[in-house]
Amino acid sequence: MSTIRRVFIKALLGAASGALVTGALAQEAVRIGALYPLSGQVAKSGEDTLNAIRLAADIVNGSFKDLALPLAATAGLPNLGGAKIEIVAADHQGSPETGAAEAERLVVQRKVAALIGAFHSSVAATSSQVAERLGVPYISGESEATNLTERGFKMFFRTTPSSKTQARDFFTFIAQMNKGSAQPVRTIAVVHENTLWGQEFAKSVESYLPEYPDVKLVANIAYQQGTPDVTSEVQKLIAAKPDVVLHASYDNEAILFARTYKQFKFAPRGVMAIGAAFGSSAFRNALGADANYFLVREHWSRDLAPRAPVVAAVAKLYKDRYGKDMDGTPARAFTAMMVLADAINRAGSTDPQKIRAALAATNLSAKDLIMPWAGVKFDANGQNTLTGAIFVQTLEGAPKLVWPADQAAAALVWPRPAWR
Amino acid sequence: MSEQLFAQLLVSGLGMGFIFALIAIGLTLIYGVMDVVNFAHGEFLMVAMYASFLAWQAWGVDPIVAVPVVAAAMFAFGVGVYWLLVRRVLGKSMHSQIFATFGLMVFLQALAQFLFGADYRAVQQSVLSGVVEIGGIALPGPQLASMAGASVATALLYVLVFRTRTGRLLRAASQDRVAASTLGIDADRMYALAWGIGAAAVGAAGALLSSFYPVFPRVGGAFVLVAYVVVALGGFGSIHGALVAGVLIGLLQTLAGFYVSSQLKFVPVYALYLLVVLVRPRGLFGRI
Repeated sequence: MSTIRRVFIKALLGAASGALVTGALAQEAVRIGALYPLSGQVAKSGEDTLNAIRLAADIVNGSFKDLALPLAATAGLPNLGGAKIEIVAADHQGSPETGAAEAERLVVQRKVAALIGAFHSSVAATSSQVAERLGVPYISGESEATNLTERGFKMFFRTTPSSKTQARDFFTFIAQMNKGSAQPVRTIAVVHENTLWGQEFAKSVESYLPEYPDVKLVANIAYQQGTPDVTSEVQKLIAAKPDVVLHASYDNEAILFARTYKQFKFAPRGVMAIGAAFGSSAFRNALGADANYFLVREHWSRDLAPRAPVVAAVAKLYKDRYGKDMDGTPARAFTAMMVLADAINRAGSTDPQKIRAALAATNLSAKDLIMPWAGVKFDANGQNTLTGAIFVQTLEGAPKLVWPADQAAAALVWPRPAWR
Repeated sequence: MSEQLFAQLLVSGLGMGFIFALIAIGLTLIYGVMDVVNFAHGEFLMVAMYASFLAWQAWGVDPIVAVPVVAAAMFAFGVGVYWLLVRRVLGKSMHSQIFATFGLMVFLQALAQFLFGADYRAVQQSVLSGVVEIGGIALPGPQLASMAGASVATALLYVLVFRTRTGRLLRAASQDRVAASTLGIDADRMYALAWGIGAAAVGAAGALLSSFYPVFPRVGGAFVLVAYVVVALGGFGSIHGALVAGVLIGLLQTLAGFYVSSQLKFVPVYALYLLVVLVRPRGLFGRI
């Protein structure tokens, strides 16, 4: 009994002194509130993503002379007298309500200068609303729902491509394939599951058609997620004869479609997918050699490292610190944090309006990033307009970065060969 | 629209239909014999698919070879479920029967998730992976095997239930448990037999299905809803009804998926079901 009380008092004292220490540090440090799911279903991914943000803060705070990223060589933020960045993490548990409450707490009680988050688009939606009301800048590196940057918010900025801009990458790819090709892609089909994700993808593809008048959409096939059989869907495709099929499908149907394509020897010039299903390990294990040649749009890949020393160095730091390979979502969150740090440094102040103005004036180029993008520059809605994609193709059973050509780790196989 | 395409759609629809039928036969048998709806039927399918997948993964057993083995194992599984669970709620309120099999469904799903994770697993290559082509019409192996399997299973069950002594005992127990008992029929054994046969049928379906459909803890849901419709359409408890209704639904969903809309391909199926329920509540071949 008394032992328990003693332990309890000790714990209380420990917590109090901890608070004193952070209180003392906070006088110079610039506090950034990070909203991530740290418990619940996606806690693991939330932690991985937050770690990338911590790494970005450490790179800004420390002196990394060999790292060719803005703010890496100097310790802290030079324009703020070398002030350090302090990440104040909060767990939103994947709940939009908790996210909003935590955002309010971080701003009002912890006095953070800006917020970063939030993995789930639904949580980014509510927490950024709080930030907008309280007049604090909010940056998101991985919440993709298109409407987040269509709300006319002044304080919200997004570095990652939205669901909508991701669809554009397929057209960029096709346009490049068509350049000087004797057999250009003229017709495409969209095959998508009929929940919000798939529907939004199909709508986004349609919205880019006017910009690419050479390409015609010949079939738009929505299917019920969890369908036991896709024969009629594939028959429709065979009848429509598209040059390229664009897919938004989850694992289960990706396997089913690939098998049914083979059964009916349906071999368009390319089958390209958004989301990882057509290149996942489940997909590769299920299909063996038949998994080859499917193309998946990705944000980031470790295959980028050999051609970009910065990517290799950051990926190594991440692995060394957290014992885990970096992947696309942490890489994007890292980028958002670096962009925010750059803006705060240019603002030379922790005043929210000044940070906002600096964010809006952001102009980073490809070499300042670990992402395969042209740079970071926000439009009036706060959406980064210079995003780009890479395409990964399964070749000999392994995923390989094949596009863009100057970053490729293996040669793209296009058009895909007929089924054997 | 070419005739070849139409023929292909018909053939594909038939193929899926036989798979639906094979799954539904076990469900309708259990219901027909003892008036218990097995809500865990989809999970029986899932268990059979995992069994078939694991046999392939561990020993390279082809799903087509695994069919009799999985069916036999599922027979034992069905009998076990009857003895351990269903027997205890027989004659109790409808609620306890529903919750018993519903609970089993939740339990089996959670158990599969615990043991195998939520990942999608699939048999890579099977004898059935091939396609037979006749006159430009593709007949996928798994569907051919299902046609054969479902036809044979229906015929066997029909003979068993209507042409053998065991079948007569089974039917006697299903018509009146008490009267059958006074005549020296062990109703418990008959019921266990029904569960065993029902599970074996869905076991055969699961093994066949695993040759082209990925397996995951919730895989049952994709098929069992259709199986319920098949049972209701064919007539509760009617074995050949399930076969006819399964084929009908397979054809309908393939044709509707092509000519109407993929995402609405099951709407005509459920519309037909509603029509049958309204106009002919006992289903096509029901005896109620």
